[in-house]
Amino acid sequence: MNRRKPASGRLLPEKTENKLRDFVETVQSWRSPGLKALFDKEMTDHIRSRRFQLILALVAVTSYASLYGAVSGLSGSEGSDYLFLALYTTSSGSIPSFLSFIALLGPFVGIILGFDGISGEKSDRTLYRIAAQPIYRDAIINGKFLAGAALIVLMVFTMGISIGAAGILALGIRPSPEEVARVFVFLVFTAVYICFWLGLSLWLSVVARSAAASAMAAIGLWIFCALFMGLVASMIAGLVYPVNTQMQALYNSMGNYTLDLYLNRLSPYYLYSEAVTTIMNPGVRSVNVITMQSLDGAVSSYLSLGQSLLLVWPHLAGLIALMLGTFAGSYVCFMRQEIRAK
Amino acid sequence: MIEIRGLTKVYGEKKAVDSLNLTIRKGEVFGLLGPNGAGKTTTTLMLLGLTEPTAGEAFIAERDCTKEPIAVKRIVGYLPDNVGFYSDLTGRENLYFTGRLNGLSEEELRERAEKLLVRVGMSEAADQKTGTYSRGMRQRLGIADVLMKDPEVIIMDEPTLGIDPQGMRDLLRLIRELAEEDGRTVLVSSHQLYQIQQVCDRVGIFVEGRLIACGTIGELGKKMEREGKYTLELQAEPDNDALVSLLSHMEGASAVEREGELLLVRSGEDIRRRATLLLAANGYTVLQLRQKGGDLDEIYSRYFEQAEAGERKASAGKDRK
Repeated sequence: MNRRKPASGRLLPEKTENKLRDFVETVQSWRSPGLKALFDKEMTDHIRSRRFQLILALVAVTSYASLYGAVSGLSGSEGSDYLFLALYTTSSGSIPSFLSFIALLGPFVGIILGFDGISGEKSDRTLYRIAAQPIYRDAIINGKFLAGAALIVLMVFTMGISIGAAGILALGIRPSPEEVARVFVFLVFTAVYICFWLGLSLWLSVVARSAAASAMAAIGLWIFCALFMGLVASMIAGLVYPVNTQMQALYNSMGNYTLDLYLNRLSPYYLYSEAVTTIMNPGVRSVNVITMQSLDGAVSSYLSLGQSLLLVWPHLAGLIALMLGTFAGSYVCFMRQEIRAK
Repeated sequence: MIEIRGLTKVYGEKKAVDSLNLTIRKGEVFGLLGPNGAGKTTTTLMLLGLTEPTAGEAFIAERDCTKEPIAVKRIVGYLPDNVGFYSDLTGRENLYFTGRLNGLSEEELRERAEKLLVRVGMSEAADQKTGTYSRGMRQRLGIADVLMKDPEVIIMDEPTLGIDPQGMRDLLRLIRELAEEDGRTVLVSSHQLYQIQQVCDRVGIFVEGRLIACGTIGELGKKMEREGKYTLELQAEPDNDALVSLLSHMEGASAVEREGELLLVRSGEDIRRRATLLLAANGYTVLQLRQKGGDLDEIYSRYFEQAEAGERKASAGKDRK
């Protein structure tokens, strides 16, 4: 037997083919039995559920309202260099921009998809039945998270792309490749951000006794992050670096501002908003404090996409870590929880 | 088929299951009888590998329930107490979902679900959402659901609770059928002894986490006699206090109780002859005299008396969740 020559009819050398087959088998052995069935079921459930349809309609209505606001705001002005991006970021009068709508409503989508994930199965008494099937227990929570995440990605991209398309039709602008890439990055950020809320609400649904309790807790956290984190941050910063008198202001305003910023960034809402504002505004040159010295000699121009990305890598890493952290939390809690009689 | 050795589960300070040893043969219907909170459900959950035992081991068809739960769950069907279904799916869709979780192919699961729906008499309601089902219907769908994977062993947790007499008869017939015709092993846990008595080959009496008796109903009756637990049911005339005191002072009698028109005389040996002679000598007419024992009811209440007293003590001491 000559192993070096590929046998007739083979596309690849035998060795490569064997390796490939080994690889495929390894990957197949990772496949968790029942995961696909669970994923499919969760997906169908969400799509059929009134709750999800309702929130989807709400998101669609607000998105188009923000687009309407942006279009009417833009057609009056002489326009910016990045008109396509302005579709997502322009707010006009009373209607906030698409960006701020999504930052506020996105978490709600994640919470709706996750809050009764496990507690619902418990109160419907279906968990015992499912757990008695020949599947690994983690397939249940993986299936739930993956189905929710897939739906979120689908929704975010559909919404983002359709807003862009409608804007192009309405204004007749032509997006540059860089703008398209920026929108793509923005949508990735948004999907990760909403998945974080999905993971969080799923975690709460594992820990909480009832679906209502987990929904309340998740909504509470959401409101805290969106509204009160800023207040708390500035209060703490004011205590640590008081800026009440002129002298204090002279010494402390840098420290005060920086601490305020760092504390705010603990909130995923702020982290996300800051990141997407940077991505969608090539004019944003820094996310931290800049002194006059560091501006000295700077060329006043827009940042390229690569440079904008450099500014927000930490934000993306942070958001992904938060998302994985919440999912890991729900995973561990679920796996350690004993399925027992009542 | 099922082999349990020294299985123990401790929750905090409470021993839910205390070194349980039990062997169940293939094709047998075994009844696990015990009051609420005796540890029956904990035992069944450990058999399925859903709860980890504190000590001991359990095997189903030579597979370790704790270490190979997937292999075990492939051949074991579990019908939980008050089974739940996804209420916005129809009965049929719920069965399909279970089939998919078990890795059946689409044609296979369709065919099997159809057959099972007919078998449990649910083919008419199969396309309604399960949210509209009554408890009895859910129970029947639950049995179809368990059979979707074609299990070798079926574990049922309180299957007879809350269903009407006709449903009960159907269920019991079905349980017998599963063992006799299909050759499956069935483990039924319950606190309703009458139903269990009708279908079980053997029963185990489970109290406070311990199996205090195990065997066929006949064996249990004999065992009780050997242990010297006799109850004499007796009615005599004239029925007065003197009669009660006479009986309670009789040699061998340990206690006398009144139950309606009857007097129950507890004793450690057979005292029928002595009692008749004594009563005749004192001028009483014996109207009724019967040695109790042999039926499950008696066995059950005898074994449970201590258990329930113990349970009351326990619940007074510490409230168990």
